[in-house]
Amino acid sequence: MNWQPTASLVNLKKRAEILALIRQFFTHRQVLEVDTQALSHATVTDLHLVSFETQFIDTGANAESGKTLYLQTSPEFAMKRLLASGSGCIYQICKAFRNEESGRNHNPEFTMLEWYRIGFDHFDLMAEVSELAELVLKCKPAEQVTYQQVFINFVGIDPLQCSLDDLKQAVIDHKLNADWVLKENNLDTLLQYLFVELVEPNIGKTIPCLVYNFPASQASLAKVSNTDSRVAERFELYFKGMELANGFHELTDVNEQRRRFEADNDLRVEYNLAPKPVDENLLSALQNSLPGCAGVALGIDRLLMLACAAKSIDEVIAFPVNRS
Amino acid sequence: MANFSTNEFKNGLKLMIDGEPCNILDNETVKPGKGQAFNRIKIRKLISGKVIEKTYKSGESVEGADVMETDLAYLYADGEFWHFMNNDTFEQIPADEKAVGENVKWLKEGDLCTITLWNGSPITVSPPNFVELEVTETDPGLKGDTAGTGGKPATLNTGAVVRVPLFIQIGEIVKVDTRTGEYVSRAGK
Repeated sequence: MNWQPTASLVNLKKRAEILALIRQFFTHRQVLEVDTQALSHATVTDLHLVSFETQFIDTGANAESGKTLYLQTSPEFAMKRLLASGSGCIYQICKAFRNEESGRNHNPEFTMLEWYRIGFDHFDLMAEVSELAELVLKCKPAEQVTYQQVFINFVGIDPLQCSLDDLKQAVIDHKLNADWVLKENNLDTLLQYLFVELVEPNIGKTIPCLVYNFPASQASLAKVSNTDSRVAERFELYFKGMELANGFHELTDVNEQRRRFEADNDLRVEYNLAPKPVDENLLSALQNSLPGCAGVALGIDRLLMLACAAKSIDEVIAFPVNRS
Repeated sequence: MANFSTNEFKNGLKLMIDGEPCNILDNETVKPGKGQAFNRIKIRKLISGKVIEKTYKSGESVEGADVMETDLAYLYADGEFWHFMNNDTFEQIPADEKAVGENVKWLKEGDLCTITLWNGSPITVSPPNFVELEVTETDPGLKGDTAGTGGKPATLNTGAVVRVPLFIQIGEIVKVDTRTGEYVSRAGK
């Protein structure tokens, strides 16, 4: 057995320093640290997220009466329930779990920093994300660019008004070696593919890059813009080839949220995946007025990879999945 | 041949890509936080030797290539084919010029070469990492000279030309690294 950690002690000390720095950052800003549970009766409905499931067997119960519990893919739903209960601005540093994600930048169990700011929109939060990155990585402030602009710059196509055929033609024009694309009929899959291949490698090379206003079809839990219904008030942070954070000007409309969960589940069925139970606790919280806020999730392990100039996530976590 | 899903991709897996058997050299998962996962692989095309990159949508599957490697002894060339033999079964297999390629200059009778077979036919021939060959032609060296002056070209009995130290004479056996084409030492006799 290989019992030793894959991360060096130097990197583990750096991890401790950075976690302390982050806690200081939020203490100064009077953001409350919270600690919500990792096991939940409900999970996300996202087409591309795979939750871990386990069985809860209560004291004295038999195995057959076990209830399915899910490990969180992020603490988002629980934190929104706190916000709706009047917690004020909150942050959390916790483990998140995503099945079927393992690789150089992925470990199925990872550390996430998630925070919510009441009264912020996505621009206010992007500014704060940039300040945190500056503090931890000693880098320059992040540049900001819309998804539409950055896509036009590197793919040569307007992602907000294009057809499947336009995107397939771009794959051919850029000589990308991916013949499955020609039979693909999901526009977002093609947008994500072109973004990964042509945009990501070209942004945030020397200073962090915040990409904002994602297509509304990729809104997730973000508000759709009041001024342009083609885009959602969602942003992501990229730096040195790494996707570091994903943030939203949060959707607070319970009806719209329920509609999106149902649309997700319809899509899951179309792709032969089991639909997931919708989190009624979250919907009740929204119903009871989630305050207007913006929230963001940031991958701590990836932040550490940049701080330690590590090539693989294994260099910054003690026991990755093959040694855990 | 079986199909392999992207979650079975790993280094060394042989796949049929664009009608040619390929070997995976590197496999990386690319997963946008809220999006579709992709597998970005680097592959060597086994016939042309070309290294290319290709990206699949995770969950796609690709046909495996019926490729195997076997160690066979080189026998002789008949002008059209190079003949190899399995020392256990004495079965003989001819390889054509395309399969032997540049490595023809390292083939010495009796040496065990690694032959890559696709559907039972040789597509590549790899010589041992080190071969011992006889110098058939080189300028006479100066007596007392030692290695380290850059050396001189020498032609070996298979036709290969390598740089050797000045003290090496015609008729000597030298050890050569076939991966770099560099002289290693005099062969121990």
